[in-house]
Parts: sequence; structure tokens; C-alpha cells
Amino acid sequence: MARIFCYIAHKAGVPDDNAFELAAAARKVDPADSPTAILTGWGDDLDAVCDAIRPSYAETWKIANEDLAYPNAELIRKALVKVLPSDSIVLLAHEHFGIDLAPGLSIKTNSAFVSDVLDIAGGEGADLKVVRQEFGGQVSAHVHCDISSGAVITIRPGAFKAVEITPGSSIVDKSVVDKSNAVGSLAAGRRYLETVLAEAGDVDITKHNVLVSIGRGIQEKDNVAIAEELADALGAAVSCSRPVVDAKWMEKSRQVGSSGKTVKPKVYLACGISGSFQHLAGIKGSPFLIAINKNPKAPIFQVADVGIVDDILEFLPELTNKVREMHTVAAK
Amino acid sequence: MEILVCARRVPDTSENEIQLNSAGNDIERDELVYSINEADNYAVEEALQIVARLGGNVTVATVGGEDDEEILRREMAMGANRGVLISDEAFAGSDARGIATILKAFVEKGHYDLILTGVQAEDGGAQVGGMLAALLDYPFASLVNSIEMLDGRKLKISREIEGGNKEMSEIDLPCVLSIQTGINEPRYVGMRGIRQVASVPIPTFSASDLGLGTSAVGEAAAKVKRVDYFVPSLGKGAEILRGTREENIDKVLELVAAKGGLK
Repeated sequence: MARIFCYIAHKAGVPDDNAFELAAAARKVDPADSPTAILTGWGDDLDAVCDAIRPSYAETWKIANEDLAYPNAELIRKALVKVLPSDSIVLLAHEHFGIDLAPGLSIKTNSAFVSDVLDIAGGEGADLKVVRQEFGGQVSAHVHCDISSGAVITIRPGAFKAVEITPGSSIVDKSVVDKSNAVGSLAAGRRYLETVLAEAGDVDITKHNVLVSIGRGIQEKDNVAIAEELADALGAAVSCSRPVVDAKWMEKSRQVGSSGKTVKPKVYLACGISGSFQHLAGIKGSPFLIAINKNPKAPIFQVADVGIVDDILEFLPELTNKVREMHTVAAK
Repeated sequence: MEILVCARRVPDTSENEIQLNSAGNDIERDELVYSINEADNYAVEEALQIVARLGGNVTVATVGGEDDEEILRREMAMGANRGVLISDEAFAGSDARGIATILKAFVEKGHYDLILTGVQAEDGGAQVGGMLAALLDYPFASLVNSIEMLDGRKLKISREIEGGNKEMSEIDLPCVLSIQTGINEPRYVGMRGIRQVASVPIPTFSASDLGLGTSAVGEAAAKVKRVDYFVPSLGKGAEILRGTREENIDKVLELVAAKGGLK
């Protein structure tokens, strides 16, 4: 089988968490092969990342180039095309950078492209069988991929268990191969200007023990009050999933997920939330997850601790009344 | 500004419980509610807003069959100047690269300054936009959540990156942008608006119109093929409470208190 490369994204000298998950995915694509890490960047930061990931990979290739100091997908694509052997299998994380780079890379390397892969189901010769999800995770699919002229595969963050590094393991024999000379100067039709940080909101949802989190099932802006009343009664805060922000029913600062906030509550009430992986990626610390959704097939029920199949527009107001009753009894 | 939006008709996951068919090789499609892919609808709205500011035309194109005309009419009712159906039996079974190849051939039949797609389809995975850009050798940006004209040949855009932060870039025209949901508030389309465009002709382009052979598109050219569907089983799954609503409410409050969540 062709050589497997894992593209390691990094920031401020630290590899992204999924760097070690890619190594695990690569070993499942070809258990006989030890994957090669490939990194682009510039200066001390790049060298620091190379050292951090070396123990997990058989070999590490670095492309140091001043034009690559900020990760611009178009420039990195051009650099990789110059360096990668023709039938390489390239793994990247399916996040904002991988989404930017991978499709075009597959065209320029004339290789097959499969995105957002959750598992490797086996392979034989030039046929690789992978697992994807469709329709918001309601169903999975087996996908066959012809890798005879190489492949670009994006891997869903969190889908593979990171390869553990043995503490103190020697990195002396794990070499870093410098491929910088193969690249030269680079130019792109898209140029990075600056990063604008997300605005802080009126409520900091990362500081709450209980979150009443609402999704598309809240149906309209006026219904957000139903969740706010429950949160008030519980001493909780209201958070939400992406569709609620897209519809402008709540501020972006209330959004839980990979493109929103990462929260660590004790209890998470997922109300009318389908449970996309981007949303679940924002819930850390294994809270007790209670899901209420009228669709019994909603993927959230696969990951929740407790599920209730019901309409939140009816369930939540009754729940609020019950909480208020309890407070009244307690006050007497 | 001549803008092309590539759109798709997909089963609406917010309206449907997706089930497998008895053979397990597809989802049960008979009862499904279809609509325009949500992100594609945001892309059309963005195109309409750009044209309202700068002048120009919006073309919405889809690769599909007759059934897909309904989304073209819906987007024309929103204000798109033209809907185009790209349709041929030879396109069946195309993978994302095949679809991008078909769209590239269509793009080269016209003159577009800007090409928009939705960031991803319900059954896709953010593939076609980036592939189309690479085939055309146009610059590309994914997850775009704002667009501003800088001068005649350049845009200032932002991409949605981790934590809700925005990565600002400038990008040369012509380019391909994949549009993230939430970039705007798509206008409402009523039945009346759709009736008004019901008889507007929709031009159709076939494989031969676009000079495409089966070596580049369709099932024979596809390197990536879905072979079956199955229902995922991630972890043990939730304990489903099957009591009355009142019993379920009591249980939820008990659990919230037990997990340290009640004041």
C-alpha cells in the first residue's frame, strides 16, 4: 500500500489535539505501515511541533517556509503537491482547516477524496472501505474508495482514540526530514489579514453547572422564553445549538459547539437538539446529559444518559411549573 | 457582478426521521420531505444581497433530475434571475469529483465573477466547492460568514474558525466560496411567489451540451462509492424514560438534583 501521511495542524508551537488521532486512523488504514507526519510552518514554532509529535510517528517531514507562517490552505496545498509522492494517502482532521485544504488537494494530487470519516472498515489492495455519517448522523454509510492513485481523507475529530505516547520514549531515532528546499516561494489568490476574536456575551455559559440548551426544536424566537423560564427556575443558563444562532434567535455567545463555546456543566439538558458532532464537540467533562426530543431517531439519544421522546414546547413549561412548585413548598 | 450559486435538493433532516429501506442499500425515500439544502439557501440569499448592492445577475444551478426543478423555482421566487438544470443519465453515480467536473464544464460555458456553494449538504461533506475551485484554478475559501467588496477584483471575507473566531482574508475574483449557515437571514418565499415563476422556462444542459464524456463523470469515473447504509450504534445509548409526562418530569428533577444541579 502507498505511503500514509498525516498532516499535522498546529498553533503557537503546539500540535492540534487531533494530531495523535490521525496516527491512530493511519494505523487502521494500514496496520503494516508506520505513518509519516507532515508539517508546514516557520521558525521555532514549527520545530517545537515537530519535536512534540515525533514520538508518535515513524518519520516526520517538515516544510519550513516564511510564506507558511500562517496556515493558508492554498499555499499549503501548493507546497504539499511539490513534496508528496504521487500515490500518497493523506489524512487530515475534518475541521475548519482540513475542510479548506482537503478537497482542492485531492484534485491537484489526482487522488480520491473522502471527507468526515468516522472509521476505517477494512481494505484490500486498492479498495479502502470507510464509514461516514449522513443526514445529521441519523444514518451511517459504508463507502468504498479506490486508492490506486492515492487518497485524501479527512477524519472526524474525536472519532479515533489518540495513539498514546509512552512517556520518556526515545525520539533520537525518530528523524525529522527537511523538505523545505523542494518548495520555494509561494503566492495565493487568498491572503490572510487578521483574526477577529468572538465577542463575549451577556451570560458566560462556560461558568454554569446546569445548562438548558435549546436546538431547532424550539421552532421560533418567541419560544426561547420557555427555556429561559426553566433556566431561571433551576438557577441555570440557556445555551443553544447552531441553528438557533443561525436563525438569530440567540446570540453567538450562547452557542455550544466546535464553532461556539466549549462548556463543562454538571448537567446538560439538550432540548430539541439533534446532536450533531459539531455540537457534541463543545460539551466536555462528561456532564449528565438529558435529551428531550420528539424525534426518536435523533442522534442525541445515542450519547445521552437519559432520553425523553416528547415535544419540548409542552414538556419544558410543565417542567418549569414543577420546579416552581417545589420552590414554593420548600419556602413554606 | 455575475454570480453562480450551485445548489442541491436534499431530504430535510429537520422534517424527517431517516429510515433505512428493507434492502439496506438506501434510505426510505418515499415519504421524505425534500427542500433546498439549508446552506445553499443562505448562499442564494447572499448572492441576491451582493447583486442588490452592486448590480448583476444571480444564476442558480443544480445537477440532478426533473424533481430538482422545484428548488430552482423556489430560488427564482426569492429573486434569482435564472435557474439551470444540469441533467443527464450519464451523470448518475457521480462522486463529488464528478459533480465538480460537471459544474466546471458548466462554469466554462458562461462568465461568472463569483461562485457560491453551501458549506455542505445533508448527505455530503463539504467537498464540491473546494474541488470545483481547484479544477478551475480559482482561489477558494470555506465556511465563509461575511463578504464585503473591496474593489472591482477583490473581496474581503471572513471564515468561521474555532470558538466562533473569524479569520479575515482578502480573495481575488473570480473565486469560489462555500457559505456557512447564519451568514444572513434568507428571505421568506410564499406559495404566491413560487406560482409567479411556475411557467418560467428552465434551461437544461446535458453531458453533450457540456462536452462531457463518461470517462470523467458518472459511475464509471467515480473513485468513491457508497455501498450501503446502516444505523449507527454509538455507545450504549440513552436510557429512554417511558413513563407519563408527569412521571418523566419527576424523574428529570430527581436526576438533576442527584447530579448536583439543583439549587
